[in-house]
Amino acid sequence: MKNAIGVEIPEYIEGLGKLEPFQGVWKSIIEDEVPSTNISRTLKAKKPHVSKLCKNLEEAIKRCNPFNGMTVTCHHHLRGGDGVLMQTIKILDEMGIKDITLASSSLTSAHDGLVSYVEKGMITRIFTSGIRGALGDTISVGKLKYPAIIHSHGGRVRDFLTGRIKPDLSVLAASSADEEGNATGAHGPSAFGSMGYADIDARYSRNVIIVTDNLVEYPCVPSTIRQHFIDYVVKVDSIGDATKIASGTTRITNSPMDLRIARIAATVIEHSGLFKNGMSFQVGAGGASLAVAKFLREDMKRKGIIGSFMIGGVTSYGVDMLNEGLFHSIFDVQSFDAAVSTSVLNNPNHIEISCDQYANPNNCGSMTNKLDVVVLGALEVDVDFNVNVITGASGEIRGASGGHSDTASGANLTVVVCPAFRGRLPIVKDRVHTVVTPGESVDVIVTERGVCVNPSKPNLAAALKKAGLNVVDIRDLKEEVEGMTGVPAEKQLGDKIVALVEYRDGTIIDVIYNVENLSQ
Amino acid sequence: MTPKFKAQAGTFESSDIMILIEPLEKDSGRKVDISSTVILQFEEDIKTTINQVLDKLQVVDLHLIAKDKGALTQTIEARVETAVKRSLGIQEGTM
Repeated sequence: MKNAIGVEIPEYIEGLGKLEPFQGVWKSIIEDEVPSTNISRTLKAKKPHVSKLCKNLEEAIKRCNPFNGMTVTCHHHLRGGDGVLMQTIKILDEMGIKDITLASSSLTSAHDGLVSYVEKGMITRIFTSGIRGALGDTISVGKLKYPAIIHSHGGRVRDFLTGRIKPDLSVLAASSADEEGNATGAHGPSAFGSMGYADIDARYSRNVIIVTDNLVEYPCVPSTIRQHFIDYVVKVDSIGDATKIASGTTRITNSPMDLRIARIAATVIEHSGLFKNGMSFQVGAGGASLAVAKFLREDMKRKGIIGSFMIGGVTSYGVDMLNEGLFHSIFDVQSFDAAVSTSVLNNPNHIEISCDQYANPNNCGSMTNKLDVVVLGALEVDVDFNVNVITGASGEIRGASGGHSDTASGANLTVVVCPAFRGRLPIVKDRVHTVVTPGESVDVIVTERGVCVNPSKPNLAAALKKAGLNVVDIRDLKEEVEGMTGVPAEKQLGDKIVALVEYRDGTIIDVIYNVENLSQ
Repeated sequence: MTPKFKAQAGTFESSDIMILIEPLEKDSGRKVDISSTVILQFEEDIKTTINQVLDKLQVVDLHLIAKDKGALTQTIEARVETAVKRSLGIQEGTM
């Protein structure tokens, strides 16, 4: 069956069940019956004054009675420094547990070690919002038993609530915790900030273990994760590589190209009609997108604009803007650098939120629905404004869906920033290799060679032209770019589906086929 | 013309190409080795561009090593021409 953007979606996939095709950004959420599975929590009882402390992670996992075919979840708040997920898988493997479904909120360079567990069939299914590095290559050539499912951040919460993901064991790292499992990422030597993704696992998993390198006197205050969800607590020497968990502040790029694109994007925002007091704003942490914050900051000061809130992945740059009074508050689902933790801890206007509140499409108050302006990156865009943030030039999996489609669907103005070409590879295509965010939810694409406005927003195009911006037809831009780079050779793909891209409403928006040849 | 010296042009920066040339004995023919970050997308284009420049400059006997980081055609042409002229000892201007 074909979905709304013309992709052939299989009706059924072995090991994953029936699939629903994508119908449009809001169609299934607004018009169809909302999936109403009632997820009940496992009833438990603990005698008074019985310790939850285990002497090591192995003992805690054993007490959770692991079994073949179970679903294991972790969070990715430790980013590239995470040492807990790999430890968990290693222990389960040593115990002989097989056929694992891994449902980590994202997977980073810290998880390249999963390759051997995928290859030998110990891990057979993966649900996640991002896959990179060696693991991405392994899945791309077809070594995972069943196709990986790439969901958005908001989609993950919905997957938990509808029972698509049924977590049996969640091992959650915390930078401080007490003996009952009250836990936080906001203080302690390995502080990493918000625990917005982990909050979901703590609430809905059958067994929850808190792992910390900083066991504090009871009670751990303040705490994000609360004790009544927690089964066991483990004190370890290290939850990972501290230099990669909590490394300084995020710097604005020096790249002249990224700065140029960011300058144009900030001007687009200024003339969008949304640049006024009370504006809400989200920006990615990558090169050109974060640089937009730098120019927006200058523009806000120049025009005396005070915004309402910022959300999302929060960098120290956002914290600086909060402290300068440019925004009233920050809603923080994930902190990108160490300097943010202090602000989460000390500033009452820096509010830690769960991923449910951030982006779940099936609740009645997700923050992305309150968003005015979001600035997002892209690996590729196409003439229909679809955006790919998951597959690279050879068609290999090497990115993250993250909150891309969540924020794009909710924001009044979705701005995508990307260079027109990267190292000879044209970025504007006839059709992106993989659609993560549908063009229907993208308003403006900003490149160094021109600004493309979605034809569904003619008034915006007129306003930007009037402001003197170089507004170009996206098809003309594509031709101009290909005139410089040449047209790349067709990708060599197989016929095996290695991953499915799940839209935030749970429908399938695109499929990823295996790659025969990987780039160097 | 026959290259006399080892020569190079270009850098390892993104969007540039490094060209290394080694002289070969007369009648050894042309040996071109290419590695590129975009080999899957542009292998034929890069080969053709390099050979066209070598044909234009009428050099046959040489070993050319290209290490490409996604250079555009014009960049490849300029780097190859410069490297060849350096190897022939006929470059003009500063090194």
